[in-house]
Amino acid sequence: MRSRIREFDNSTLNESVRNTIMRDLKAVGKKFMHVLYPRRSNTLLRDWDLWGPLILCVTLALMLQKGSVDNEKDGGPQFAEVFVIVWFGAVTITLNSKLLGGNISFFQSLCVLGYCILPLTVAMLICRLVLLAEAGPVNFMVRLFVVIVMFAWSVVASTAFLADSQPPNRKVLAVYPVFLFYFIISWMILTFTPE
Amino acid sequence: MAAVDDLQFEEFGDVATSLAANPNATTISIEDPDETPKHLPGPPRGSGREEDDELLGNDDSDKTELLAGQKKSSPFWTFEYYQTFFDVDTYQVFDRIKGSLLPIPGKNFVRLYIRSNPDLYGPFWICATLVFAIAISGNLSNFLIHLGEKTYHYVPEFRKVSIAATIIYAYAWLVPLALWGFLMWRNSKVMNIVSYSFLEIVCVYGYSLFIYIPTAILWIIPQKAVRWILVTIALGISGSVLAMTFWPAVREDNRRIALATIVTIVLLHMLLSVGCLLSIVFWSGFFWMQHPQQKSRMTRASWKTDGGWHRVPTCGWCCTEAEAPV
Repeated sequence: MRSRIREFDNSTLNESVRNTIMRDLKAVGKKFMHVLYPRRSNTLLRDWDLWGPLILCVTLALMLQKGSVDNEKDGGPQFAEVFVIVWFGAVTITLNSKLLGGNISFFQSLCVLGYCILPLTVAMLICRLVLLAEAGPVNFMVRLFVVIVMFAWSVVASTAFLADSQPPNRKVLAVYPVFLFYFIISWMILTFTPE
Repeated sequence: MAAVDDLQFEEFGDVATSLAANPNATTISIEDPDETPKHLPGPPRGSGREEDDELLGNDDSDKTELLAGQKKSSPFWTFEYYQTFFDVDTYQVFDRIKGSLLPIPGKNFVRLYIRSNPDLYGPFWICATLVFAIAISGNLSNFLIHLGEKTYHYVPEFRKVSIAATIIYAYAWLVPLALWGFLMWRNSKVMNIVSYSFLEIVCVYGYSLFIYIPTAILWIIPQKAVRWILVTIALGISGSVLAMTFWPAVREDNRRIALATIVTIVLLHMLLSVGCLLSIVFWSGFFWMQHPQQKSRMTRASWKTDGGWHRVPTCGWCCTEAEAPV
């Protein structure tokens, strides 16, 4: 799952496994930094990879999974549901933006949407830590505030990367599904209650 | 033939004379500057639809009519074919939503806003938003009913999203299909001047569902009267949009069939709104009744402190003093 630019370099075949892994990890880490401090740069778009989104999605799904099978029918989302929502949501948004006439490639868009889940994953971690304390309205307000801030951060980060690829008179049409997507994920995070 | 062309353009009024003066410049200015043009410039199609209905609108109306004959030139297995269904700008989508919220008698939604440019963006994303609005508001209303109870265990009820999605998307696609088939069948029997394509019907249904999004959000308020008023208003607005859209298509027909069609459309719409939105409340009440932690049998009027407040669940809608099953 790497962009074509790297494949031209034949010497990567002979290097040690550690070098390969470190290079990919550094690329993923650099993209995380780009998401945390969103600027209008093309690095995320040019060298796309899907490792980061996969790590984030699996982490989020694992944390959102309910531990017990007490109320199976009316419980929270299971691992597969979160996974499907994230990936099919990203695919739908990408298709939507391409159908509206955007000139971003399919995997570039998936890459951006996946990486911009990072603030919400951080929010999930914070929420789980906060939930270890006593439950109550203060607890809820703290979690609400954290989730709102991270939701805004995700939307701003992904808009910074995706907005330029849309025709100017359709930007709102392309950004609204992104807003809805992150809103649903934020809702799942906010309503998470541990058993 | 020049005389016939002049007559055709004269029907549109002052707007078209400027277009008739320099048609080429008009077609070029329509294209998005960022993209390669998707439509090959071709001869403008003479539109016969304007003979019957009154044409109201702005300058865009005639430009899109001119380009209407150039759409859908790609075969259906290419990506460009589906791009023609998303050929709308932001302001167009907002105009269509506004048109669905403010039905004015005499103005046909399809004629005024869609104008041979039906889009799938609106119906798809309005249905998606509606699904999640219903699920979230059902969840919230359930939560608010049981606010303050220490024995209540909150669950997000995530599975209901899939049920709501199935119902709403089925309504938004199958009912237009049935209606389109019915209108085509009647068209073969009675010559109707106004006929809609399948996508235009899907478009009208999709945009008419928009009013339910704020309705679903406002349903969190746990007051019976407020909920009934909201449902009535939403049903009135969207039902009238649908009725006014389809009345010109059936009024040439036998009186009874025309009336029956309109009544069926409105009835189906009422079924959706009342059934789907009410089920938020029924679900929450129903879920509560089966909750294993509920043991008390108090009515709403009396409270008992027993290390915590115990409240009797109500179905929130028709039962004001229900007793919980033990």
